[in-house]
Amino acid sequence: MESIQEIQEEIVDDFALFEDWMGKYNHLIDLGKDLPEIDDAYKTDDHLIKGCQSRVWLHADMKGEKIHFSADSDAIITKGIISLLIRPLNHRSPDEILNADMGFVDEIGLKEHLSPTRANGLVSMIKQMKTYALAFKAKSL
Amino acid sequence: MITKPETKFDLEAIRNEFPILNQKVNGQDLVYFDNAATSQKPKKVIQAIQDYYQNINANIHRGVHKLSQLATDAYEASRKTLQEHLNARFAHEIIFTTGASQGVNLVARAWGGKFLKSGDIILVSGMEHHSNIVPWQIIAQEKGAEVLPIPILESGELDLEAFHELLKKNPVLVAVNHVSNALGTINPVKEIIKLSHEKGALVLVDGAQSLPHMKIDVQDLNADFYVVSGHKAYGPTGSGALYGKEDLLKEMNPYMGGGEMISEVKFSGSTWADLPHKFEAGTPHIEGGIVLGKAIDWMNEIGLEEISRHENELLIYAQSKLNELEGFRPIGQAKNKASVLSFLMEGVHPYDLGMILDQLGIAVRTGHHCAQPVMDSYKIPGTIRASFAVYNTKAEIDRFVQGVQQACEMLR
Repeated sequence: MESIQEIQEEIVDDFALFEDWMGKYNHLIDLGKDLPEIDDAYKTDDHLIKGCQSRVWLHADMKGEKIHFSADSDAIITKGIISLLIRPLNHRSPDEILNADMGFVDEIGLKEHLSPTRANGLVSMIKQMKTYALAFKAKSL
Repeated sequence: MITKPETKFDLEAIRNEFPILNQKVNGQDLVYFDNAATSQKPKKVIQAIQDYYQNINANIHRGVHKLSQLATDAYEASRKTLQEHLNARFAHEIIFTTGASQGVNLVARAWGGKFLKSGDIILVSGMEHHSNIVPWQIIAQEKGAEVLPIPILESGELDLEAFHELLKKNPVLVAVNHVSNALGTINPVKEIIKLSHEKGALVLVDGAQSLPHMKIDVQDLNADFYVVSGHKAYGPTGSGALYGKEDLLKEMNPYMGGGEMISEVKFSGSTWADLPHKFEAGTPHIEGGIVLGKAIDWMNEIGLEEISRHENELLIYAQSKLNELEGFRPIGQAKNKASVLSFLMEGVHPYDLGMILDQLGIAVRTGHHCAQPVMDSYKIPGTIRASFAVYNTKAEIDRFVQGVQQACEMLR
Protein backbone atom coordinates (compact mmCIF):
# COMPACT_ATOMS: atom_id res chain seq x y z
CA MET A 1 0.00 0.00 0.00
CA GLU A 2 1.25 3.45 -0.87
CA SER A 3 2.21 5.74 1.96
CA ILE A 4 0.16 8.78 2.94
CA GLN A 5 2.82 10.98 1.43
CA GLU A 6 2.86 9.10 -1.86
CA ILE A 7 -0.87 9.48 -2.26
CA GLN A 8 -0.64 13.14 -1.41
CA GLU A 9 2.03 13.62 -4.07
CA GLU A 10 -0.19 11.85 -6.59
CA ILE A 11 -3.04 14.20 -5.79
CA VAL A 12 -0.78 17.24 -6.15
CA ASP A 13 0.50 15.90 -9.50
CA ASP A 14 -3.06 15.31 -10.72
CA PHE A 15 -3.99 18.89 -10.00
CA ALA A 16 -0.81 20.18 -11.62
CA LEU A 17 -2.16 18.86 -14.93
CA PHE A 18 -4.79 21.57 -14.90
CA GLU A 19 -3.54 25.01 -15.68
CA ASP A 20 -6.59 27.06 -14.92
CA TRP A 21 -8.96 27.16 -12.01
CA MET A 22 -11.78 25.76 -14.10
CA GLY A 23 -9.90 22.56 -14.77
CA LYS A 24 -9.09 22.24 -11.09
CA TYR A 25 -12.68 22.84 -10.08
CA ASN A 26 -14.00 20.41 -12.68
CA HIS A 27 -11.58 17.81 -11.30
CA LEU A 28 -12.75 18.57 -7.78
CA ILE A 29 -16.38 18.24 -8.87
CA ASP A 30 -15.57 14.86 -10.47
CA LEU A 31 -13.90 13.69 -7.28
CA GLY A 32 -16.96 14.83 -5.35
CA LYS A 33 -19.24 12.85 -7.63
CA ASP A 34 -17.04 9.75 -7.24
CA LEU A 35 -16.94 9.87 -3.44
CA PRO A 36 -18.54 6.62 -2.20
CA GLU A 37 -21.89 7.22 -0.61
CA ILE A 38 -22.16 7.37 3.12
CA ASP A 39 -24.70 5.15 4.87
CA ASP A 40 -27.81 7.29 5.38
CA ALA A 41 -27.85 6.21 9.02
CA TYR A 42 -24.75 8.40 9.53
CA LYS A 43 -26.20 11.51 7.95
CA THR A 44 -27.31 12.80 11.30
CA ASP A 45 -26.65 16.03 13.15
CA ASP A 46 -24.04 14.44 15.39
CA HIS A 47 -22.00 13.55 12.30
CA LEU A 48 -22.06 17.14 11.01
CA ILE A 49 -18.78 19.02 10.99
CA LYS A 50 -19.05 22.46 12.55
CA GLY A 51 -17.38 25.35 10.74
CA CYS A 52 -18.46 24.43 7.22
CA GLN A 53 -20.77 26.66 5.17
CA SER A 54 -22.41 23.67 3.59
CA ARG A 55 -23.43 20.58 5.51
CA VAL A 56 -20.70 17.94 5.78
CA TRP A 57 -21.22 14.58 7.43
CA LEU A 58 -18.22 12.49 8.41
CA HIS A 59 -18.28 9.00 9.86
CA ALA A 60 -15.42 6.73 10.89
CA ASP A 61 -15.34 2.97 11.60
CA MET A 62 -12.55 0.89 13.02
CA LYS A 63 -11.95 -2.20 10.86
CA GLY A 64 -9.27 -4.29 12.51
CA GLU A 65 -6.40 -1.92 13.17
CA LYS A 66 -7.42 0.56 10.52
CA ILE A 67 -9.87 3.42 10.34
CA HIS A 68 -12.36 3.63 7.51
CA PHE A 69 -13.87 7.05 6.70
CA SER A 70 -17.04 7.87 4.84
CA ALA A 71 -18.44 11.31 4.20
CA ASP A 72 -21.00 13.32 2.31
CA SER A 73 -21.97 16.90 1.72
CA ASP A 74 -24.91 18.62 0.11
CA ALA A 75 -22.44 20.78 -1.84
CA ILE A 76 -20.48 19.00 -4.56
CA ILE A 77 -17.27 21.06 -4.37
CA THR A 78 -17.15 20.48 -0.64
CA LYS A 79 -17.57 16.77 -1.34
CA GLY A 80 -14.60 16.98 -3.68
CA ILE A 81 -12.49 18.64 -1.02
CA ILE A 82 -13.33 16.02 1.59
CA SER A 83 -12.56 13.27 -0.87
CA LEU A 84 -9.05 14.77 -1.21
CA LEU A 85 -8.62 14.37 2.52
CA ILE A 86 -10.09 10.91 2.78
CA ARG A 87 -7.98 9.41 -0.01
CA PRO A 88 -4.62 9.55 1.83
CA LEU A 89 -6.05 8.91 5.30
CA ASN A 90 -8.41 6.05 4.58
CA HIS A 91 -7.52 2.58 5.94
CA ARG A 92 -4.73 3.88 8.17
CA SER A 93 -3.97 3.31 11.81
CA PRO A 94 -4.93 5.99 14.33
CA ASP A 95 -1.24 6.88 14.79
CA GLU A 96 -0.65 7.29 11.08
CA ILE A 97 -3.63 9.64 10.84
CA LEU A 98 -2.62 11.60 13.90
CA ASN A 99 0.90 12.08 12.58
CA ALA A 100 -0.10 12.89 9.01
CA ASP A 101 0.97 16.27 7.67
CA MET A 102 -1.94 17.56 5.61
CA GLY A 103 -0.07 20.55 4.24
CA PHE A 104 -0.31 19.08 0.72
CA VAL A 105 -3.64 20.85 0.26
CA ASP A 106 -1.69 24.12 0.01
CA GLU A 107 0.34 22.73 -2.86
CA ILE A 108 -2.70 21.95 -4.98
CA GLY A 109 -3.07 25.64 -5.59
CA LEU A 110 -6.63 25.58 -4.33
CA LYS A 111 -6.05 27.51 -1.18
CA GLU A 112 -5.69 30.77 -3.05
CA HIS A 113 -9.21 30.14 -4.28
CA LEU A 114 -10.53 29.31 -0.85
CA SER A 115 -11.86 32.25 1.14
CA PRO A 116 -11.18 32.23 4.89
CA THR A 117 -14.59 30.76 5.67
CA ARG A 118 -13.98 27.92 3.24
CA ALA A 119 -10.41 27.45 4.45
CA ASN A 120 -11.79 27.22 7.99
CA GLY A 121 -14.10 24.47 6.83
CA LEU A 122 -11.10 22.62 5.45
CA VAL A 123 -9.30 22.92 8.79
CA SER A 124 -12.43 21.69 10.55
CA MET A 125 -12.57 18.61 8.31
CA ILE A 126 -8.96 17.70 9.03
CA LYS A 127 -9.46 18.30 12.71
CA GLN A 128 -12.53 16.07 12.77
CA MET A 129 -10.66 13.22 11.05
CA LYS A 130 -7.85 13.49 13.59
CA THR A 131 -10.37 13.64 16.42
CA TYR A 132 -11.82 10.30 15.27
CA ALA A 133 -8.30 8.86 15.16
CA LEU A 134 -7.61 10.08 18.66
CA ALA A 135 -10.86 8.59 19.95
CA PHE A 136 -10.13 5.19 18.41
CA LYS A 137 -6.60 5.28 19.76
CA ALA A 138 -7.87 6.05 23.27
CA LYS A 139 -10.36 3.20 22.98
CA SER A 140 -7.70 0.68 21.96
CA LEU A 141 -5.30 1.59 24.77
CA MET B 1 -38.79 81.66 -10.63
CA ILE B 2 -35.82 79.50 -9.79
CA THR B 3 -36.25 75.90 -10.85
CA LYS B 4 -34.08 73.02 -9.80
CA PRO B 5 -31.68 72.18 -12.63
CA GLU B 6 -32.53 68.95 -14.40
CA THR B 7 -30.07 66.30 -13.27
CA LYS B 8 -29.36 63.48 -15.63
CA PHE B 9 -28.68 60.05 -14.26
CA ASP B 10 -25.13 59.41 -15.44
CA LEU B 11 -24.22 55.83 -14.63
CA GLU B 12 -20.68 56.08 -15.89
CA ALA B 13 -20.00 59.14 -13.74
CA ILE B 14 -21.48 57.32 -10.75
CA ARG B 15 -19.28 54.28 -11.34
CA ASN B 16 -16.24 56.52 -11.51
CA GLU B 17 -17.02 57.57 -7.97
CA PHE B 18 -16.21 54.03 -6.78
CA PRO B 19 -12.51 53.25 -7.17
CA ILE B 20 -12.92 49.75 -5.72
CA LEU B 21 -15.06 48.65 -8.67
CA ASN B 22 -12.19 49.22 -11.03
CA GLN B 23 -10.23 46.08 -10.20
CA LYS B 24 -9.77 42.48 -11.21
CA VAL B 25 -10.77 39.59 -9.01
CA ASN B 26 -9.38 36.21 -9.97
CA GLY B 27 -8.25 37.79 -13.22
CA GLN B 28 -11.70 39.12 -14.12
CA ASP B 29 -13.39 42.49 -13.78
CA LEU B 30 -15.09 42.62 -10.41
CA VAL B 31 -18.86 42.42 -10.41
CA TYR B 32 -20.06 43.38 -6.95
CA PHE B 33 -23.57 42.09 -6.24
CA ASP B 34 -23.31 41.78 -2.47
CA ASN B 35 -24.67 45.21 -1.72
CA ALA B 36 -27.26 44.06 0.80
CA ALA B 37 -24.33 42.90 2.96
CA THR B 38 -22.48 46.18 2.55
CA SER B 39 -22.27 48.76 -0.20
CA GLN B 40 -19.08 50.15 -1.67
CA LYS B 41 -18.10 53.73 -0.83
CA PRO B 42 -17.93 56.72 -3.17
CA LYS B 43 -14.85 58.94 -3.28
CA LYS B 44 -16.74 61.68 -1.48
CA VAL B 45 -17.15 59.36 1.53
CA ILE B 46 -13.60 58.05 1.42
CA GLN B 47 -12.29 61.60 1.13
CA ALA B 48 -14.45 62.79 4.02
CA ILE B 49 -12.94 60.12 6.28
CA GLN B 50 -9.47 61.35 5.39
CA ASP B 51 -10.47 65.00 5.77
CA TYR B 52 -11.76 64.38 9.24
CA TYR B 53 -8.49 62.87 10.49
CA GLN B 54 -6.37 65.29 8.54
CA ASN B 55 -8.11 68.47 9.61
CA ILE B 56 -10.49 68.36 12.54
CA ASN B 57 -9.91 65.22 14.61
CA ALA B 58 -10.68 65.94 18.28
CA ASN B 59 -13.01 64.59 20.92
CA ILE B 60 -16.46 66.08 20.73
CA HIS B 61 -18.71 67.84 23.22
CA ARG B 62 -15.92 68.34 25.72
CA GLY B 63 -13.13 70.63 24.60
CA VAL B 64 -13.17 74.41 24.53
CA HIS B 65 -10.48 74.34 21.89
CA LYS B 66 -11.02 75.03 18.22
CA LEU B 67 -10.64 71.49 16.87
CA SER B 68 -13.09 70.10 19.39
CA GLN B 69 -15.58 72.72 18.32
CA LEU B 70 -15.10 71.93 14.64
CA ALA B 71 -15.49 68.18 15.24
CA THR B 72 -18.55 68.75 17.44
CA ASP B 73 -20.12 71.04 14.85
CA ALA B 74 -19.54 68.51 12.08
CA TYR B 75 -20.99 65.70 14.22
CA GLU B 76 -24.08 67.71 15.11
CA ALA B 77 -24.46 68.87 11.51
CA SER B 78 -24.58 65.22 10.48
CA ARG B 79 -27.28 64.59 13.09
CA LYS B 80 -29.23 67.42 11.50
CA THR B 81 -28.74 65.84 8.06
CA LEU B 82 -30.16 62.57 9.39
CA GLN B 83 -33.04 64.38 11.05
CA GLU B 84 -33.94 66.07 7.78
CA HIS B 85 -33.41 62.96 5.72
CA LEU B 86 -35.66 60.83 7.93
CA ASN B 87 -37.98 63.79 8.57
CA ALA B 88 -37.77 63.50 12.35
CA ARG B 89 -39.33 66.36 14.32
CA PHE B 90 -36.17 67.09 16.32
CA ALA B 91 -32.46 66.50 15.87
CA HIS B 92 -32.30 65.10 19.40
CA GLU B 93 -34.58 62.26 18.30
CA ILE B 94 -31.59 60.96 16.31
CA ILE B 95 -29.19 58.83 18.36
CA PHE B 96 -25.93 57.84 16.70
CA THR B 97 -25.26 54.10 16.86
CA THR B 98 -22.79 51.65 15.39
CA GLY B 99 -25.47 50.33 13.05
CA ALA B 100 -28.96 48.87 12.92
CA SER B 101 -28.05 46.03 15.29
CA GLN B 102 -27.02 48.43 18.03
CA GLY B 103 -30.18 50.44 17.44
CA VAL B 104 -32.38 47.40 18.05
CA ASN B 105 -30.30 46.31 21.03
CA LEU B 106 -30.51 49.80 22.51
CA VAL B 107 -34.30 49.84 22.34
CA ALA B 108 -34.63 46.25 23.56
CA ARG B 109 -32.40 47.02 26.52
CA ALA B 110 -33.39 50.61 27.37
CA TRP B 111 -37.11 50.43 26.59
CA GLY B 112 -37.62 46.70 27.24
CA GLY B 113 -35.48 46.81 30.36
CA LYS B 114 -37.72 49.45 31.88
CA PHE B 115 -41.18 48.67 30.58
CA LEU B 116 -41.36 45.00 29.61
CA LYS B 117 -43.26 42.83 32.09
CA SER B 118 -43.73 39.13 32.60
CA GLY B 119 -46.33 37.76 30.19
CA ASP B 120 -45.95 40.63 27.70
CA ILE B 121 -45.92 39.75 24.02
CA ILE B 122 -43.56 41.08 21.36
CA LEU B 123 -44.37 40.36 17.72
CA VAL B 124 -41.43 39.95 15.38
CA SER B 125 -41.94 39.42 11.67
CA GLY B 126 -40.86 36.07 10.31
CA MET B 127 -38.61 37.70 7.73
CA GLU B 128 -36.31 39.49 10.18
CA HIS B 129 -32.59 39.03 10.20
CA HIS B 130 -31.12 37.84 13.47
CA SER B 131 -30.38 41.39 14.67
CA ASN B 132 -34.09 42.09 14.95
CA ILE B 133 -34.91 38.75 16.60
CA VAL B 134 -32.22 37.92 19.10
CA PRO B 135 -32.18 41.22 21.09
CA TRP B 136 -35.91 40.70 21.73
CA GLN B 137 -35.36 37.11 22.75
CA ILE B 138 -32.66 38.12 25.22
CA ILE B 139 -34.75 40.80 26.94
CA ALA B 140 -37.92 38.67 26.78
CA GLN B 141 -36.14 35.83 28.52
CA GLU B 142 -34.99 38.15 31.29
CA LYS B 143 -38.45 39.62 31.77
CA GLY B 144 -40.54 36.50 31.25
CA ALA B 145 -42.05 38.00 28.11
CA GLU B 146 -42.77 36.13 24.89
CA VAL B 147 -41.57 36.70 21.31
CA LEU B 148 -44.02 35.51 18.65
CA PRO B 149 -43.34 35.44 14.90
CA ILE B 150 -45.63 36.98 12.29
CA PRO B 151 -45.73 34.28 9.59
CA ILE B 152 -44.80 34.94 5.98
CA LEU B 153 -46.56 33.78 2.84
CA GLU B 154 -45.03 31.79 -0.02
CA SER B 155 -44.88 35.04 -2.00
CA GLY B 156 -42.43 36.43 0.54
CA GLU B 157 -44.96 38.88 1.95
CA LEU B 158 -46.10 39.11 5.54
CA ASP B 159 -49.27 37.21 6.33
CA LEU B 160 -51.39 40.23 7.29
CA GLU B 161 -54.39 38.09 8.20
CA ALA B 162 -52.29 36.20 10.69
CA PHE B 163 -50.94 39.55 11.91
CA HIS B 164 -54.52 40.75 12.59
CA GLU B 165 -55.10 37.63 14.68
CA LEU B 166 -51.83 38.09 16.57
CA LEU B 167 -52.74 41.68 17.38
CA LYS B 168 -55.71 40.34 19.34
CA LYS B 169 -53.18 39.06 21.86
CA ASN B 170 -52.40 42.71 22.67
CA PRO B 171 -48.66 42.78 22.03
CA VAL B 172 -46.69 45.63 23.59
CA LEU B 173 -44.30 45.99 20.69
CA VAL B 174 -44.06 44.95 17.04
CA ALA B 175 -40.63 44.70 15.34
CA VAL B 176 -40.56 44.57 11.57
CA ASN B 177 -38.13 45.43 8.81
CA HIS B 178 -38.96 47.96 6.13
CA VAL B 179 -37.14 45.88 3.51
CA SER B 180 -36.20 42.21 3.96
CA ASN B 181 -32.49 41.51 3.46
CA ALA B 182 -33.14 37.90 2.47
CA LEU B 183 -36.10 38.39 0.11
CA GLY B 184 -36.14 42.06 -0.83
CA THR B 185 -39.79 42.41 0.20
CA ILE B 186 -40.85 45.97 0.99
CA ASN B 187 -43.23 45.64 3.92
CA PRO B 188 -46.33 47.82 4.30
CA VAL B 189 -44.93 49.37 7.47
CA LYS B 190 -47.29 52.34 7.51
CA GLU B 191 -50.27 50.01 7.65
CA ILE B 192 -48.57 47.74 10.18
CA ILE B 193 -47.84 50.74 12.41
CA LYS B 194 -51.41 52.02 12.16
CA LEU B 195 -52.88 48.63 13.07
CA SER B 196 -50.38 48.15 15.91
CA HIS B 197 -51.07 51.58 17.35
CA GLU B 198 -54.80 50.86 17.36
CA LYS B 199 -54.00 48.00 19.70
CA GLY B 200 -51.66 50.10 21.80
CA ALA B 201 -48.44 48.44 20.60
CA LEU B 202 -45.28 50.38 19.79
CA VAL B 203 -43.49 49.63 16.54
CA LEU B 204 -39.78 49.42 15.81
CA VAL B 205 -38.90 49.45 12.12
CA ASP B 206 -35.57 48.05 11.02
CA GLY B 207 -34.45 50.23 8.15
CA ALA B 208 -31.05 48.63 7.58
CA GLN B 209 -32.03 47.73 4.00
CA SER B 210 -34.36 50.63 3.24
CA LEU B 211 -32.00 53.58 3.81
CA PRO B 212 -30.02 53.04 0.57
CA HIS B 213 -33.08 52.47 -1.60
CA MET B 214 -35.97 54.74 -0.68
CA LYS B 215 -37.16 57.95 0.90
CA ILE B 216 -37.99 57.42 4.56
CA ASP B 217 -40.37 59.68 6.47
CA VAL B 218 -40.66 58.58 10.09
CA GLN B 219 -43.45 61.07 10.83
CA ASP B 220 -45.53 59.99 7.88
CA LEU B 221 -45.01 56.35 8.86
CA ASN B 222 -45.65 57.31 12.49
CA ALA B 223 -42.87 54.89 13.53
CA ASP B 224 -42.00 54.85 17.22
CA PHE B 225 -38.46 53.66 16.57
CA TYR B 226 -36.60 53.42 13.28
CA VAL B 227 -33.05 52.07 13.03
CA VAL B 228 -30.64 52.51 10.14
CA SER B 229 -27.18 51.34 9.24
CA GLY B 230 -24.61 53.55 7.52
CA HIS B 231 -22.47 50.97 5.78
CA LYS B 232 -25.27 49.60 3.62
CA ALA B 233 -25.99 53.13 2.40
CA TYR B 234 -22.57 54.12 1.03
CA GLY B 235 -21.36 55.22 4.48
CA PRO B 236 -18.66 53.87 6.79
CA THR B 237 -18.97 50.62 8.73
CA GLY B 238 -19.75 51.13 12.40
CA SER B 239 -22.04 54.08 11.67
CA GLY B 240 -25.78 54.20 12.06
CA ALA B 241 -28.65 55.85 13.82
CA LEU B 242 -31.70 55.21 15.92
CA TYR B 243 -34.70 57.46 15.52
CA GLY B 244 -37.06 57.44 18.48
CA LYS B 245 -40.04 59.62 19.32
CA GLU B 246 -38.97 62.23 21.84
CA ASP B 247 -41.39 61.23 24.59
CA LEU B 248 -40.40 57.57 24.34
CA LEU B 249 -36.68 58.31 24.40
CA LYS B 250 -37.15 60.61 27.37
CA GLU B 251 -38.87 57.91 29.39
CA MET B 252 -36.16 55.35 28.72
CA ASN B 253 -33.16 54.86 30.96
CA PRO B 254 -29.62 54.99 29.54
CA TYR B 255 -28.35 51.90 27.83
CA MET B 256 -24.66 52.39 28.53
CA GLY B 257 -22.90 54.59 31.05
CA GLY B 258 -19.86 56.79 30.59
CA GLY B 259 -18.53 59.86 28.84
CA GLU B 260 -20.92 62.67 28.06
CA MET B 261 -24.15 60.83 28.89
CA ILE B 262 -24.34 62.31 32.38
CA SER B 263 -25.62 65.50 33.90
CA GLU B 264 -23.96 64.94 37.25
CA VAL B 265 -22.01 62.02 38.67
CA LYS B 266 -21.98 61.42 42.42
CA PHE B 267 -21.46 58.22 44.34
CA SER B 268 -24.80 58.91 45.97
CA GLY B 269 -26.36 58.70 42.52
CA SER B 270 -25.88 60.19 39.06
CA THR B 271 -28.27 62.00 36.77
CA TRP B 272 -28.47 61.75 33.02
CA ALA B 273 -27.81 64.21 30.25
CA ASP B 274 -30.63 65.30 27.98
CA LEU B 275 -31.36 63.73 24.63
CA PRO B 276 -29.58 62.69 22.51
CA HIS B 277 -26.45 62.45 24.68
CA LYS B 278 -28.14 60.24 27.27
CA PHE B 279 -27.79 57.35 24.81
CA GLU B 280 -24.33 58.18 23.47
CA ALA B 281 -21.97 57.00 26.20
CA GLY B 282 -18.22 57.16 25.72
CA THR B 283 -16.35 58.64 22.79
CA PRO B 284 -18.48 57.78 19.79
CA HIS B 285 -17.42 56.74 16.28
CA ILE B 286 -17.00 60.45 15.50
CA GLU B 287 -15.72 60.14 11.96
CA GLY B 288 -18.36 57.48 11.21
CA GLY B 289 -21.15 59.74 12.42
CA ILE B 290 -19.87 62.72 10.44
CA VAL B 291 -19.31 60.77 7.25
CA LEU B 292 -22.70 59.05 7.46
CA GLY B 293 -24.14 62.50 6.86
CA LYS B 294 -21.88 62.89 3.82
CA ALA B 295 -23.07 59.55 2.44
CA ILE B 296 -26.67 60.70 2.78
CA ASP B 297 -25.82 63.96 1.03
CA TRP B 298 -24.25 61.91 -1.74
CA MET B 299 -27.39 59.79 -2.18
CA ASN B 300 -29.54 62.92 -2.21
CA GLU B 301 -27.37 64.52 -4.87
CA ILE B 302 -28.24 61.63 -7.18
CA GLY B 303 -31.78 61.48 -5.83
CA LEU B 304 -33.38 58.51 -4.14
CA GLU B 305 -36.06 58.29 -6.80
CA GLU B 306 -33.39 57.97 -9.46
CA ILE B 307 -31.51 55.40 -7.39
CA SER B 308 -34.56 53.27 -6.83
CA ARG B 309 -35.69 53.60 -10.46
CA HIS B 310 -32.29 52.37 -11.68
CA GLU B 311 -32.11 49.53 -9.17
CA ASN B 312 -35.62 48.44 -10.01
CA GLU B 313 -34.71 48.27 -13.68
CA LEU B 314 -31.74 46.08 -12.79
CA LEU B 315 -33.93 43.80 -10.68
CA ILE B 316 -36.49 43.32 -13.42
CA TYR B 317 -33.78 42.78 -16.02
CA ALA B 318 -31.91 40.23 -13.88
CA GLN B 319 -35.07 38.33 -13.05
CA SER B 320 -36.15 38.13 -16.69
CA LYS B 321 -32.69 36.95 -17.80
CA LEU B 322 -32.44 34.32 -15.07
CA ASN B 323 -35.95 33.17 -15.92
CA GLU B 324 -34.60 31.95 -19.24
CA LEU B 325 -32.29 29.51 -17.43
CA GLU B 326 -33.43 26.00 -16.70
CA GLY B 327 -34.28 25.29 -13.08
CA PHE B 328 -34.36 28.93 -11.92
CA ARG B 329 -36.43 29.29 -8.76
CA PRO B 330 -36.83 32.78 -7.31
CA ILE B 331 -37.35 32.88 -3.55
CA GLY B 332 -39.61 35.72 -2.50
CA GLN B 333 -41.74 37.32 -5.18
CA ALA B 334 -43.49 40.07 -3.33
CA LYS B 335 -45.27 42.67 -5.44
CA ASN B 336 -43.24 45.39 -3.76
CA LYS B 337 -39.54 44.61 -3.82
CA ALA B 338 -36.24 46.39 -3.38
CA SER B 339 -33.18 45.35 -5.35
CA VAL B 340 -32.60 41.93 -3.81
CA LEU B 341 -32.83 38.80 -5.92
CA SER B 342 -32.77 35.61 -3.87
CA PHE B 343 -32.94 32.37 -5.82
CA LEU B 344 -32.01 28.73 -6.22
CA MET B 345 -30.95 26.76 -9.28
CA GLU B 346 -32.40 23.28 -9.35
CA GLY B 347 -29.86 20.55 -8.65
CA VAL B 348 -27.16 23.00 -7.61
CA HIS B 349 -26.13 23.88 -4.09
CA PRO B 350 -25.98 27.67 -3.52
CA TYR B 351 -22.55 27.33 -1.97
CA ASP B 352 -21.10 25.58 -5.05
CA LEU B 353 -22.61 28.20 -7.30
CA GLY B 354 -21.18 31.00 -5.16
CA MET B 355 -17.72 29.45 -5.34
CA ILE B 356 -17.75 29.24 -9.12
CA LEU B 357 -19.12 32.78 -9.44
CA ASP B 358 -16.29 33.97 -7.21
CA GLN B 359 -13.82 32.42 -9.63
CA LEU B 360 -15.49 34.47 -12.33
CA GLY B 361 -14.97 37.66 -10.33
CA ILE B 362 -18.63 37.92 -9.32
CA ALA B 363 -19.41 38.58 -5.66
CA VAL B 364 -22.77 37.30 -4.41
CA ARG B 365 -23.92 36.07 -1.04
CA THR B 366 -24.80 32.44 -0.47
CA GLY B 367 -26.35 30.91 2.60
CA HIS B 368 -29.07 31.88 5.04
CA HIS B 369 -28.22 35.65 5.05
CA CYS B 370 -28.42 35.73 8.85
CA ALA B 371 -32.14 35.13 8.53
CA GLN B 372 -32.49 31.43 9.33
CA PRO B 373 -36.23 31.59 10.16
CA VAL B 374 -36.91 32.87 6.63
CA MET B 375 -35.06 29.91 5.14
CA ASP B 376 -36.88 27.54 7.52
CA SER B 377 -40.23 28.86 6.35
CA TYR B 378 -39.28 27.94 2.77
CA LYS B 379 -37.71 24.66 4.02
CA ILE B 380 -34.43 25.47 2.27
CA PRO B 381 -30.94 25.78 3.79
CA GLY B 382 -30.16 28.99 1.98
CA THR B 383 -30.24 30.84 -1.31
CA ILE B 384 -27.98 32.68 -3.70
CA ARG B 385 -28.56 36.38 -3.29
CA ALA B 386 -27.65 39.05 -5.81
CA SER B 387 -28.33 42.53 -4.51
CA PHE B 388 -27.89 45.65 -6.60
CA ALA B 389 -26.74 49.18 -5.90
CA VAL B 390 -26.85 52.39 -7.86
CA TYR B 391 -23.49 51.70 -9.55
CA ASN B 392 -24.41 48.30 -11.01
CA THR B 393 -25.09 47.85 -14.71
CA LYS B 394 -27.03 45.61 -17.07
CA ALA B 395 -23.74 44.49 -18.60
CA GLU B 396 -22.74 43.17 -15.17
CA ILE B 397 -26.03 41.31 -14.96
CA ASP B 398 -25.32 39.74 -18.36
CA ARG B 399 -21.98 38.48 -17.04
CA PHE B 400 -23.62 37.25 -13.88
CA VAL B 401 -26.34 35.33 -15.73
CA GLN B 402 -23.73 33.84 -18.04
CA GLY B 403 -21.73 32.87 -14.94
CA VAL B 404 -24.74 31.19 -13.36
CA GLN B 405 -25.29 29.24 -16.56
CA GLN B 406 -21.65 28.20 -16.78
CA ALA B 407 -21.60 27.16 -13.13
CA CYS B 408 -24.76 25.10 -13.54
CA GLU B 409 -23.26 23.28 -16.50
CA MET B 410 -20.19 22.45 -14.42
CA LEU B 411 -22.11 21.43 -11.33
CA ARG B 412 -25.08 19.50 -12.66
